[in-house]
Amino acid sequence: MKKQVSLFTEYTKGLWDQNPVFKQVLGMCPALAVTVSAMNGIAMALATTFVLTFSSLIISLIRKLIPTQVRIASYIVIIATFVTVVDLVMRAQFPELSKELGPYIPLIVVNCLILGRQEAFSSKNTPLRAVLDALGMGTGFMIALASLGGIREILGSRTLLGVQVMPDAFDPWLVMILPAGAFLTLGLMMGGLNQMVLRKKTREERELAARHLQKPKMSLEHGQEA
Amino acid sequence: MSSVTVTEAPNERELLLSTSPHLQSRWTTKQIMWFVVLALVPSVISAVLFFGFAQLLVIATAVVFAVGTEALIQYLTKKPIAVADGSAVITGLLLGLIVPPNFSLVFTALGAVFSIGVGKMLFGGLGYNIFNPALVGRAFLQAAFPVAITTWTVPQFAVDSVSKATPLAALKFDGVSTAISPLIYGNVGGSLGETSALAVLAGGIFLLVTGVANWRIPAAMTVGLIVFGGGLWLLDSSYPTPLFHFFAGSFLFGALFMATDYVSSPITNLGMWIYGLGISLVLVLIRVFGGLPEGVMYSILFMNAFVPLINRYTRPRIFGEVKS
Repeated sequence: MKKQVSLFTEYTKGLWDQNPVFKQVLGMCPALAVTVSAMNGIAMALATTFVLTFSSLIISLIRKLIPTQVRIASYIVIIATFVTVVDLVMRAQFPELSKELGPYIPLIVVNCLILGRQEAFSSKNTPLRAVLDALGMGTGFMIALASLGGIREILGSRTLLGVQVMPDAFDPWLVMILPAGAFLTLGLMMGGLNQMVLRKKTREERELAARHLQKPKMSLEHGQEA
Repeated sequence: MSSVTVTEAPNERELLLSTSPHLQSRWTTKQIMWFVVLALVPSVISAVLFFGFAQLLVIATAVVFAVGTEALIQYLTKKPIAVADGSAVITGLLLGLIVPPNFSLVFTALGAVFSIGVGKMLFGGLGYNIFNPALVGRAFLQAAFPVAITTWTVPQFAVDSVSKATPLAALKFDGVSTAISPLIYGNVGGSLGETSALAVLAGGIFLLVTGVANWRIPAAMTVGLIVFGGGLWLLDSSYPTPLFHFFAGSFLFGALFMATDYVSSPITNLGMWIYGLGISLVLVLIRVFGGLPEGVMYSILFMNAFVPLINRYTRPRIFGEVKS
């Protein structure tokens, strides 16, 4: 039996350590396609979180009933149910947002983030943990999509969440609201974050190595004394 | 022309151990870079001549920001500051010469920062960039500010209003063809350094004669242009002639200064021919059938991406190797 991690970690790991976009590189399709503005990113992430949380809960509850051979098909049926719920609710309540996100809401069904979490986590864990994991992943997804959408919105249309933040003298960079801008921004963000992590890691390793170097030296001195 | 080795002359008393190639060029990287700068001077002069002294400001902005970005990134990453090698100056100059006349200085600066920052330093600096940095900057500007970068100023000695658009755009969108002679002098609309074929050729031939630029790439591009462009023209004479293809737009500038960039072009002789022919094929396709009037930038960037592959497949056989 593997060591159980705390419930708190189950939630927080999705925020950064296993961030779906920046670390696991999952769910790239919506991350790149809908993040023309911060609002679109947040809405997409909310929809995904809803689907992820409820399908994780259901799948975790019936995880022992699902035969291994047909598990993917079963997951898809459950996921598709919740995607339909989201799609219909959005169309009824937020028709404009629904129009902007277009086909990407129905496409949540095939979002590898959701299927990935079912396969990797909720099919092996208790419902409480599965829900916490799903919420964490959803929040991490939202952090990524909101920041990506925010940067693209500021540079591409001078606004953030619809409020103008850049002066009129600033010429919006059209490329930022085009697909190329999504790849560019995401690539630069991931590169920057990896660089940060790498720098921290090398610093830690150097400290560790320094400590290891000191130890044998001391024992050698002891040996010489004896 | 032997391949260029970047090693500086070592201290004579030290024993230098290095991997192949052992043949060294007559010149150091630094000297070569300043040769290219020299070769670009005629184009700068033609830009000033046809579009006014204000263009010096555009070119200077590009150079200053290119060099500044490189120095800043090298400082921040604690690498030796190597802007004196002139490569950033060239990138800045090239970028300054491929933007439209009176281009916004803010955009120019942004393009220069992007050229060096993303196009070059992000890949590891000089010698590691896959794509030509100046073209990366130009492509970014094209995508970010599509209107500004296609707003052309009439050259000072313009004879008619037709010259407001570039000759290629005039042909594509209005069906108006331009005579060859203004294309040679450069009295037409277009990016700063590309309009005057004479100035570009002067600098380019200097580079070819000194061996700084490998003649195979421009030669292959010209052959490609004649074959692909000429072939289409023979099939249907409503397509532009190969001569027009040759002098219009930035074909010459691209062939002599952009495609011959050491870092982003193949290193084998056969590879250079494949690369040059590929550029011309893509170029003719874009110019004749594409939505854009000009395609030199995209065709070179496109073939840049293939360079590692070309190098791999045209690797010379090792001496004594048996064909399996």
